Parts: sequence; structure tokens; C-alpha cells
Amino acid sequence: MIESAAPFSTHLDRLEAESIHILREVVAECERPVMLYSIGKDSAVLLHLARKAFYPAPLPFPLLHVDTTWKFRDMYKLRDEVSSDPAVQLLVHTNQDGLARGISPITHGSQIHTDVMKTEGLKQALDHYAFDAAFGGARRDEEKSRAKERVFSFRTAAHRWDPKQQRPELWSLYNTRKAKGESFRVFPLSNWTELDIWQYIHAERIPVVPLYFAAERPVVERSGSLIMVDDERLPLLPGERPMMRRVRFRTLGCYPLTGAIESEAATVEDIILEMLSARTSERQGRLIDHDGAASMEQKKQEGYF
Amino acid sequence: MSGQTTAVQTNTLATYLEQLEKKDLLRFITCGSVDDGKSSLIGRLLYESQMLYDDQLAALEADSRRVGTRGQDIDFALLVDGLAAEREQGITIDVAYRFFATERRKFIVADTPGHEQYTRNMATGASTADLAVILIDARKGVLVQTRRHSYIVSLLGIRRVVLAINKMDLVDYDETIYASIKADYARLAQRLGIESVVAIPVSAVHGDNVVAASANMPWYQGPTLLNHLETVELKARQADAPFRMPVQWVNRPDQNFRGFAGTIASGTVQPGDRIRVQPSGRLSTVKRIVSFDGDLPSAGTGKSITLVLADEVDVSRGDVFTTADQPLECADQFEATIIWMSEAPLLQGRQYLLKTSTRTVAATVTPVKYRVNVNALEHEPAERLELNDIGVCEVECDRALAFAPYAEDRTLGAFILIDRLTHDTVGAGLFNFALRRSQNIHWQAMDVDRTVRAAMKRQRGCVLWLTGLSGAGKSTIANLIDRRLTAMARHTYVLDGDNVRHGLNKDLGFTAQDRVENIRRVAEVAKLMADAGLITLVSFISPFRSERQMARELMLPGEFIEVYIDAPLAVAELRDPKGLYKKARRGELSNFTGIDSPYEAPSRAEIRIDTTQVSPADAAEQIVDYLDRLGMLVNT
Repeated sequence: MIESAAPFSTHLDRLEAESIHILREVVAECERPVMLYSIGKDSAVLLHLARKAFYPAPLPFPLLHVDTTWKFRDMYKLRDEVSSDPAVQLLVHTNQDGLARGISPITHGSQIHTDVMKTEGLKQALDHYAFDAAFGGARRDEEKSRAKERVFSFRTAAHRWDPKQQRPELWSLYNTRKAKGESFRVFPLSNWTELDIWQYIHAERIPVVPLYFAAERPVVERSGSLIMVDDERLPLLPGERPMMRRVRFRTLGCYPLTGAIESEAATVEDIILEMLSARTSERQGRLIDHDGAASMEQKKQEGYF
Repeated sequence: MSGQTTAVQTNTLATYLEQLEKKDLLRFITCGSVDDGKSSLIGRLLYESQMLYDDQLAALEADSRRVGTRGQDIDFALLVDGLAAEREQGITIDVAYRFFATERRKFIVADTPGHEQYTRNMATGASTADLAVILIDARKGVLVQTRRHSYIVSLLGIRRVVLAINKMDLVDYDETIYASIKADYARLAQRLGIESVVAIPVSAVHGDNVVAASANMPWYQGPTLLNHLETVELKARQADAPFRMPVQWVNRPDQNFRGFAGTIASGTVQPGDRIRVQPSGRLSTVKRIVSFDGDLPSAGTGKSITLVLADEVDVSRGDVFTTADQPLECADQFEATIIWMSEAPLLQGRQYLLKTSTRTVAATVTPVKYRVNVNALEHEPAERLELNDIGVCEVECDRALAFAPYAEDRTLGAFILIDRLTHDTVGAGLFNFALRRSQNIHWQAMDVDRTVRAAMKRQRGCVLWLTGLSGAGKSTIANLIDRRLTAMARHTYVLDGDNVRHGLNKDLGFTAQDRVENIRRVAEVAKLMADAGLITLVSFISPFRSERQMARELMLPGEFIEVYIDAPLAVAELRDPKGLYKKARRGELSNFTGIDSPYEAPSRAEIRIDTTQVSPADAAEQIVDYLDRLGMLVNT
């Protein structure tokens, strides 16, 4: 027997080949794909894989950034660099209605902010451009309910995810059939772990936001999390004063909702070594996951990535 | 670790990181029922290989106290039961993927439920696995479920099995029990053609022989589970395997570049190699292997690449490149093993979409030869396949495919079946071999063709397909259309549901299965009549959308005209011209459309006649006018 499932080389080679296969399958079978671009490390890897998959052609789909307007300044900087590449078309969408209502993570809390500015904003953009497949950088190792997520995650015309309606996925045969209005969220990084991501960034020298590397940054400590004072919009509580700490971020979202960790890891190599001895999982820095028991599963059913 | 490492440290660090990046990957599946302690075993592996972080561990401890089954101890099973609904029921009902890594290897575990009603999930998990860990409860030995798990594992092409004989603590770590289970299993493995079996006595709950060797079983000298998983040799591929690559996407950014992207299913390729494009059979030569990092000197199995050929040959998605002198077999009829995954049964004669590698075709399952009783490992006669059934069938495709038997090639031998209307993945299949007849029957081309026949008759052949409930008025309207056209000296024929059942279809009953075959035969006859130039009227209840769709696709574009004779059930039942509704209501007729069998109304019929508003005569006139407008009737 010719063993098609046996490794042909290293784990990174195998993961890369699988992701490229998925990216190409979507472009070959879907009408209007888009790549969700969140500016973080997973997005950086996904974008790099896409360039490889379609080389020498330019990316056959646009990138979409759903902008809550609360990202770190360094993230906007990298986003602008990426969009200056003529081979890349970047779309930016902000929920204007949410913006007009003044929705912010500070006054409304993480749940409402995420619902309105991320989940709603994403649905608006997908509907507006009539995208029928959206790539995301989610990985199965991130969170319990993600462990059962399909690579091609089917969504109803209302963008809902029904855990009981997901199609079985065998081999590398993906069923891309759907009716008009229905869509897929596609996760080419499903089988990658956080460590794989960093090893690949290291091996392929992929540029990422400097916030992942340790530096002296102004932070305040709130309910056990270190929140960076990235601009003047973060109101200080009575008696609170930003202090300079040597910190970095394992995950990047809206800055008032993203906790930093104290670290000395200033290079990709340092980060990998730190991870090998790390004792907390990466999503701990995400405040939105703690909103309620099984909260990620619920957010996904409502259309969150 | 600080940013200021010395040159020596940097050097060692770089080597260390490089080593880590060169780990290989083992994908395995764990098979066992809830009671076998499968989740505990996986939880234990994650825990002991230190893949659990402090916050996950804290959450696990809290969960264990709240819903755990182990008192104050950590319940590892909770770690791997993902969805909230499943946690409440205390069972895993889907496939979950887990990840862990050691210094030597990265692992992806497919965790699937073991009960019979989850055969489809197990097959899904097994389809991408290199190895299977089969759990056995030491107190119970080789059970019916062990046979089922082992059969599915061997069917999906996994040749290496680890037999984890669990709960050794509950049998006093008795060596004779271990030895007897091992011997029992060896006989089963031999029967199923599983090449390699390693039996390990473990206690998942206490950790014996999972990661560290057990002090309780000094008689066992073999590897621990993790030790075996880390060192099991992933058999090197045959170096001389033929090159095979399904073309996934044609990369054509401009007139100067034309590349063929795909993932290599087997073998290696390098510039200068002669290749064959299948199924067309054309030959070409590989000119370049293009990549983002520069042209490659060669590429091997599993790699996703882009090839540029030396000549302009016609290649599109779905074609397969092979070594020129080792082509694949091409066929359109196969014997295949099918794992059915849908609540709605597989119906013989219904058309499905079949996707294999990068090609999708229309396919019909002709006879189901037998169903495999996965518990007894015996063949049983079967008319159809239900959810979680595994059966051997004949499959007929509307086009020829390049394929390989699954036992030889897990990529070119695998397919999925997709429902044409719901778009669900309803089955997974493995090609066994091509049926000889598909190579020997060729279409006979004739000189007098449909155009000539149509011209002689001053009309274009077509099929008017009248569908609707019994009593809606189909036969009445068909009869009026027929009279009208005949009066106009047109050539017609009416295929009536009842009449056809007196002859051609008299062997068929009214089960869903027989209804599908009934429609298939009538559609084929109608197709021949349309080809002969006749305006063919089909008056059939034809309750299922997918069969009407099948009929439509048999015909040429524009040749099939669906006419929905619409009467609400209450109205049709009131008319009841043959007294059938009354009989059905009394329970004397079963599978009667509208009563205990569904009618799926057309969503895009060319013509809809509302029989509560339009008389049969007006309906016939409307339909004849429609034919005239479409140019079906040539005026002289």
C-alpha cells in the first residue's frame, strides 16, 4: 500500500501543505472568498501561506479587517504596511451604527463591544460584499469547543453555526456545496498549535506586530490583568497611574480587552523557549472568553469567528 | 531567558530550535467506548506530557468537583469532552482533535465515540490517521465493539494498531489476563489484515504504562504507550511509487504563466519527467516546479506544489497527472464500499454527487450487493443502507474517472457522496475495483440523429413532465394536451403512471426505493422518445424533488419542461376519483403520497397550473401555447 497519510518530512511541512491545499480548494470551488485579517500572528501566518499557495499569481481574494477602532496602534501600523503591497487588496469595515451609538469596550464592557463591533460588524461586511467563504485563522487547540470545529464550517444564511448540522469531513475531501446565501468559514490553520505558529514564523521569517516581543510599556493592573495604556482613550481609575513594565502580548485584540504578560522574551527564539516552559494557555489573556461557561460555543453559534 | 544571549548560547539555541522544527508528525485515532476509559487515557497523555497549562488545570479541577465522577480526584475525561451538550450527557458524540508534542514528535489525536451509532464519526477520525489505539477493558477482553472498531480501522487503511489493555488495576495487574487478551486479538488482527499490533497493559486512571513504566507490572518489558507512539516507525514510502497528483487549480495570472497546482498523492516529481494527463491520456513533460521560495529540484508525496509543463496541453481541475508509463485505470462503473452517514437512507437509483480528489461527478448507486454486519463481520443482504451502515455497492458515474483502489492509494481511492438538494455529505466511499462492463460498452453513434428526426416531424422533441398529487388532474390535462396536439398533426406520446405500472414497471411497489426506480425507468424511456422527436407527456405523481431533478438532467438543456399540477391536498382528497384517499385513510394503502408519504412541491417548475382557478381545458391550452412560444412547434 502507498501510505498517503504517512509523513513525508517534518510536522511544519505537513501542516503547510495541508493549509495550502485548503486555501486552493476554496479558490477553486467558491465564488467570492475573502480572508479575515486580524493583524495578529495567526493572520500573519495565514497570509504568508496564501502567498505561497497562489504564487506567482497575486492573492485571488481580498483581505478584510473588521475594525473595532480599538486595536493597538502598532497593529494599525502593520496593517498599513501590508496593504501597501500592490498584490494585496485590503478592505476595512467598521460597524458604523455601533460607532454612532458610541459602543466602546470601556463604557459597554467586553460582551456588548464584541457583539456589536466584531460579530455584527463581520456579518455586515460579509453581507455587503456577498462573500461566500471567509478564511479565518482559528485553531482547534485554542479552546474546547474549537476542538470539534470543521475545517469548512457551514453557516446558514443568517450566519449561524449549528453544531448538529456540521458535515463530516473525511480525508482531505471537503464538501463545498451550499445554497445561495449560505456560506463557509474556512480554517486552514485548524491543525496548528500556538507553538507550531511560532516555529513557522521563525523558520519562514514572517513579520509580526512588535507587541508580541517584550519591551518597556505603560500598563495598569486591573483585576489581575495588565492593560496597556496605548492611547489617551483609556480612562484611569482614581489613584491609578500607568507604570512601566517589561511586558509582551501572547494574543492581540482590542487593547483595553487584552492582558499583557510580564516577560523578557524579545525575539522569536525567546518566545519559543518561553512557550516551552510556559504555564498558562494563550486565551487566558483574552477577557471575552470568561464571559460565561461555554461562552465561546455560544458566541460561535451567533456568528463570531 | 533574556535578549542578551552570548554567541555560543545563540548557536546552541539555533540548533535546538532547528531540531524542534524538524520533528515529525503522527496522527492517531483512539477507539473505545466511554466505559473503556478512553477520555481518561487521552487526558492522562496530555497531562503527563505536560501539555496542560495552569489555567486549564485549575478549570479542570473546578469542573471535576462540579460534574466529575471521581470524587475529589481530577477527572481527566472532562478535559476532552468539548461541547456543553455533550458534557451534560456525559458522552462524546463528535470527533474532537487534540494536540500534544514531546521532544521527539508532534501528535494529533482524533478522539471519537465508540458506540455503534457513531460509526460515521469513527470512520471520519480514522480517515486521516496513521495509527489506531484500540482500548480494551481488561475485565471484559475482546468484545463485539472491539471487532467493530478493528474492522473500521482496517477498512480505512490503518495498518498499525496499539492494543491498550486498560483497567489492569482492576484485575490485580494479572499477566495471564493480558496474555490471553493479546492472543485473542492476534487472531482477529490476522483475519482483518492488520499488519502490526503492539499490546500494552495500562491503567489510564492511575497512569501505569501510559508515560512511565509501571512498578505494578514488572513482568511487562515492552514500551509504555507514549514511548511507543514516540518511536513507532512511520514506514518510509516506497521510493519507486508512481507519481500521482490530482490537479486542484489552474494558476493563470496572465498570458505568460500557466501552472497546475495540486498536492502530490504519491511518488516524486522533478523537471524533465514525462507525465500523462488522465483521463484524457495526453502526454507532456514537467518543465518547472514553481514555488514562492524559488524553483524546486524535486518534490515528494504530500507536498502542495505548482507545475509548469513543457507543452500546451489541455488540463483542468479534476484531471490527474501520473508517471507517463504507469497510468491509473479509468472507469465510470465501480464496486465500492460505502459508509452511510445520513439519517435519510441511501436509495438505489437516486443520483448523488460524488467527489473524489479534485473532481465532482454525478453518480448513481446501482445494486447494493450486501451490508457488512460490523459486529459479527458477516455479509447480510440489503436493499438500501441506513445511517452508520457499511455496504458494498455498485456505483455508476456520468463520466470516466482516473482512480486507484483504496487499499493501494488513500487519496485516489476515496470519495464522498453529497446529496444534490440538501448538499449534506451523506456517505463516504472506497473504490474497490472497476467493473469490466464499463470498459466494454461504448456508445454507438448513428447517422440519422435527433435534428433530422425533428425536422421530419415539424417539431422539436421534448418532455412535458406533469407532477402533482393523486387526483390533482394530471391524467385529465395530459389527455387534453394530447388530443389538442394530435388535432394539430403533431407527434406525441403519453406515459401515464398507472399504465406504465401495468407493464414496464409491474415489478415495482410503492416504497421510497421502488418509487425512485419507477421514475428512473420512465425518465429513460421519455429521453428515448424525445430523442426520437416526439413530444412526450409524462403524467406521474413523482413526489421527490431529487428524482425530478435526475430526470431533468438526463435530458438536453431546454428539453425538460416541468409542469406542476397544483391542487391542495384537501381538494385532491375531495375529488378522489379512484377512491384511493379513502383507502389510504382507512389504512388499507400504505406509502400513499400526501397521506403517509411526502410530496415535495417543485420550487422552479417551468409551468404551474393552479387547478382551483384554471379548468383542465384552459390548462391544456396554456401549455400548448407555451410549447409554441418556445419554438417546439414548427409552423409551415
